[in-house]
Amino acid sequence: MSALLQTMGAADRRLLPEGRLSGPMPWVIAIMMFLTVLAAAAGLGLGGAAASLGAGLGNRVTVQILEPNPDRREAEADRAVDRLRALPEIESVRRLPPDEMAELLEPWLGPGGLEGDLPIPAMIDAQLIPGARADALRPAVTATAPSARIDDNGQWLAPLGRLISALKWLALGLVALMIAATAATVVLAARAALDTHRGTIEVLHLMGATDVQVARLFQRRIALDALFGGLVGFTAAALALILIGRRIGALGSDLLGSANLPATSWLALALLPVLGVGLAMLVARATILRALGRML
Amino acid sequence: MPLRRRGRGPERRRVLSTSGTIVQFDNVGLRYGTGAETLSDLSFSLRHGGFYFLTGPSGAGKTSLLKLLYLAQRPSRGLIKLFGEDIVTMPRRRLPGFRRRIGVVFQDFRLVTHLSAFDNVALPLRVAGVDEKDLQGPVSEMLAWVGLGHRSSARPATLSGGEQQRVAIARAVIARPELLVADEPTGNVDPEMAKRLLHLFDSLNKLGTTVVVATHDLHLISSIGSFEMLRLDRGTLLDPTGALRHPPRRVDA
Repeated sequence: MSALLQTMGAADRRLLPEGRLSGPMPWVIAIMMFLTVLAAAAGLGLGGAAASLGAGLGNRVTVQILEPNPDRREAEADRAVDRLRALPEIESVRRLPPDEMAELLEPWLGPGGLEGDLPIPAMIDAQLIPGARADALRPAVTATAPSARIDDNGQWLAPLGRLISALKWLALGLVALMIAATAATVVLAARAALDTHRGTIEVLHLMGATDVQVARLFQRRIALDALFGGLVGFTAAALALILIGRRIGALGSDLLGSANLPATSWLALALLPVLGVGLAMLVARATILRALGRML
Repeated sequence: MPLRRRGRGPERRRVLSTSGTIVQFDNVGLRYGTGAETLSDLSFSLRHGGFYFLTGPSGAGKTSLLKLLYLAQRPSRGLIKLFGEDIVTMPRRRLPGFRRRIGVVFQDFRLVTHLSAFDNVALPLRVAGVDEKDLQGPVSEMLAWVGLGHRSSARPATLSGGEQQRVAIARAVIARPELLVADEPTGNVDPEMAKRLLHLFDSLNKLGTTVVVATHDLHLISSIGSFEMLRLDRGTLLDPTGALRHPPRRVDA
């Protein structure tokens, strides 16, 4: 990027002195970039969480056979498994083996708590094909296993999923607003630069400098400011995200764990400062060309 | 022998370029906003290679007329032809090319405050895209000529009024413009330097540049061999037909 800026400005650099970081503009951009990266990270993280939520639990159905008589329970469970396997909506079916059940219940019953004649339901874990609805299974399963209770995980996860996706859209909306605010900042900065250098611009203009030549001088400075601000903001945001990631990791929750950002998301976030510089240059150029257009 | 003399570079260029008109005004009027006309009914033409003084009392419209000449302003009415083309209706994007053929000495110098004297003088060449290595020599030479060779790295703020004016003049002539427009170019320099600068304009004129100098200083006028005079008063030319131009155009010896 800096090589591009150098070749672009080499010829024009001597028309105006080298652009120094001017006033609060780079810092405003740094703050904007910090918030933008955080919002984008939240959006990406929530998107990831929503996806893994859907993939992990939302598409699953748990069938419990509540029959108290162990023999009949076994028979019903076998029939239910066979029936489920035959259904087109089902991708895979698995009956939870007793030792897995024991493990799940251990916190409540203690080790060996299942040894007695405590009646516990048989559990069948079924994975639906994408898009299938759990309601469709109910008649078929209850016909073969009258004591079956079907828990649709998607049903109780749906409000959570909707909340996460709403938050995701909110985060992306914030990113869009930040970008608009950054563009507005650049417009103000470009106008301020034009005012400061009005005399110089008029002289250059009357010497036959083209609008594009003049615009390039300012575009370059503003791009450097934006680059500085972008890098500072991005670095700060990245540190904050790493810190938050550690805290979330320390919670040890599976659902929140998926909020940790994969490499592709980091790459997308790293593109934000680059996009910021490009946006700043375009906006500065447009602003300056418009102002120059008002001169004869 | 006369043939040989005419064949010499500058002399011949002047002969070639004196044919034709470089500036033509037809019924030109200029009005700022809704006020009265600052300039009205200006009709005149300037010869290629001519040397013109523009005189008149303060407020007569000299600077406004010069602004029309260096394309800082479009007239409110009338026709202006520059280098043979109508610049009133010319699309804006073509104007920079025309401006590069014009050198301007502004009344208030308009030096770029954060550039050195050298960089100020180099400005027109850099705008025109001249290579750095090709402009070092001419710029240093020009600064030396106006007596500022030792101050080439000084910022305008550290130069005296007269020195600033000389930088402004060096900047106006460095690119060998076809038309040189100067607004009171000798107002801040001592008579000796004024003569020197006028001599610079004269040499440039002999190389083919058309020169228009607005001035109050009538002493100055006597130091130029051959020139014509335009007199403005309250926005109008006193002798629109040109018959009264003083002194009548001399035939070169």
